[in-house]
Amino acid sequence: MSKYHLDYLGQLESEAIHIMREVAGQFERPALLFSGGKDSITLVHLALKAFRPGKFPFPLVHIDTGHNFPEALHFRDELVNTIGEKLIVRKVADTIKEKNLTEQKGKFASRNSLQTYTLLDIIEEFKFDALIGGARRDEEKARAKERIFSVRDEFGQWDPKLQRPELWNIYNGKIHKGENVRAFPISNWTELDIWNYIKRENIELPSIYFAHEREVIEYEGQLVSVSEFIIPDESDVVSTKKVRYRTVGDMTCTAAVESNASNIDDIIREIIATKTSERGETRIDDKVSEAAMEDRKKTGYF
Amino acid sequence: MDILRFITAGSVDDGKSTLIGRLLFDSKSILIDQLAAIEKQSKNKSNGEIDLALLTDGLRAEREQGITIDVAYKYFSTPKRKFIIADAPGHIQYTRNMVTGASNSELAIILVDARNGVVEQTRRHYVIASLLNIPHIVVAINKMDLVGNSQDVYNNIVIDYQEVAKSLGLKDVKYIPISALNGDNIVEKSKHFPWYDGESLLHHLENVQLDSDVNLTDARFSVQYVIRPQSEDLHDYRGYAGKVISGIYKKGDKVVVLPSGIESSVKAIEIGGNEIEEAYALQSVVLHLEDDVDVSRGDMIVQQNNQPKIAQEFEAMLCWMDNKPLKPGNKYFLQINSRLVRCVVKELEYKLDVNTLQKNESPEKAVLNDIIKVTIKTASPVAFDPYKKLRQNGGAILIDETSCVTVGACMIQ
Repeated sequence: MSKYHLDYLGQLESEAIHIMREVAGQFERPALLFSGGKDSITLVHLALKAFRPGKFPFPLVHIDTGHNFPEALHFRDELVNTIGEKLIVRKVADTIKEKNLTEQKGKFASRNSLQTYTLLDIIEEFKFDALIGGARRDEEKARAKERIFSVRDEFGQWDPKLQRPELWNIYNGKIHKGENVRAFPISNWTELDIWNYIKRENIELPSIYFAHEREVIEYEGQLVSVSEFIIPDESDVVSTKKVRYRTVGDMTCTAAVESNASNIDDIIREIIATKTSERGETRIDDKVSEAAMEDRKKTGYF
Repeated sequence: MDILRFITAGSVDDGKSTLIGRLLFDSKSILIDQLAAIEKQSKNKSNGEIDLALLTDGLRAEREQGITIDVAYKYFSTPKRKFIIADAPGHIQYTRNMVTGASNSELAIILVDARNGVVEQTRRHYVIASLLNIPHIVVAINKMDLVGNSQDVYNNIVIDYQEVAKSLGLKDVKYIPISALNGDNIVEKSKHFPWYDGESLLHHLENVQLDSDVNLTDARFSVQYVIRPQSEDLHDYRGYAGKVISGIYKKGDKVVVLPSGIESSVKAIEIGGNEIEEAYALQSVVLHLEDDVDVSRGDMIVQQNNQPKIAQEFEAMLCWMDNKPLKPGNKYFLQINSRLVRCVVKELEYKLDVNTLQKNESPEKAVLNDIIKVTIKTASPVAFDPYKKLRQNGGAILIDETSCVTVGACMIQ
């Protein structure tokens, strides 16, 4: 093989950097949506490669549901501090109060659908015209059909049947006033690609991605952490298990997996051997219906 | 390990979704919860068997109507390669989707129903594969079980296709007999074709030579963004961020900025703020020039001794992708790599009948899914290479100025 051969992680990295620079080159007011999970941490790493020694041409934006893992919040603040970039935080709780929104009831009540309101508000407040997100096409069937530059109307809505053709590596970012583009630089990465890249680049992650002991209850076969948001009732059996998180979302709707993986190599081995998909194993909110993600996206969700 | 991006062309009737489902299933890329979900859906349908096709139908409307609307991307990998499948529907009304999927593919699997032989649709897929200059083609002759795994049937189809391939100038074409439903010749070589001495489909996908598809000769670098920290310690820093589309750049290379024609040389190359000695095709890097010259987004930096064409008027094969028709004199934006210019489509030379290859001269307009030869005039000069020579710098899109939608795909000649 020639010495001028870019291996597969190098190709994925270069594609992602190219997409981020297209966003920077085409839009007036972009932002990067940062959740504190491994995918958005990878995005930040890619942005460093794309724009250093310059500053990021966009702020990081965190939609804070108030149901975060404390480890993820702590990590977020440290990371922002280290890289010296701007972080904007808006709280779903404030939106709920301002707009008199009705919260889901029950033990696993999720603010997942309510965060769309906060997202649309922050887009309006800062007049963002492009939002970079860490969604991947392997996550879910509806995402498998979404463009890398995905145009949303004034209400943030995605219309899967009216998507622009996307050819070669040319990204059409032309939009009307009020519309915005969601840009997905790691569309073509799989969960395993992310982990292999994190290993290669030595990217730091919040501790909850690695095996640790935690008090959990079992809900429909999934392990949910006991916390201030999930308070066990009499029917629950609380047990202490060695777990890690495959995804980091809200404490109310993200499940842990039993694991002994204390380092990245162990995690990669477990992922190769796993028989359940990332969202299937760890997201309680996708199980509502077959088209749960498609429906959320159509109404403005990422 | 490297990446192979391929497109699957064919209709549901040819068993395309079943083939993809089979590749994912047999390479163990389908996980239990995904399988459980399609099992549940399969039960809602009449035949009861697991319908692997359901794996690729992502949207509710598609599942309800049993059709594929749009290009879906699927991923799987083996220890040798990562595969990205662009799954495009095959019917004529979806030519634009196939063109979209084909634009990023290094290989096309054209699926043929062994019972039908060469049909109009397959001919069309061949034509599109040739237009988009996909380097490698696999003709997968499917449903061999329904023709008694007959060598004669297979041979006759191959002979017919070889003729079409020759007339289109397709070079690397492989023919593989398969049964997607039964998994014959998909991952393992099947015992059902003792007369076939070639490889299984997956074996071919894993081993097809890709290195030669990357052009390391014609250095092209499209500037996406100018990095100017303007901080105290980096006051004079000015880096041009972009991707090496093709070729190699080294420190000291004599370069020229296009379209302005200003000459300079490469002072430094960086990735993420760290200096490197050289940059090569597909890498995203930052270039620094010796001289303080005017370079901005959309410009191209190339070697002085190997330059692309520069023109304000050129011919292109165009796939029309919009419901609004194209008429001579219509104005659009043209985007090639990161360069965006206004343009006018001056002349519609002919419309290509993708089924018969017949040229219909001077059409009044082009409608959705038409393939036409056009002359385009741009408001300012554009640096490009002929698509057939370097598709990364010969493909361009047309954007409607008022709707902002991508309406056409140009293969510049």
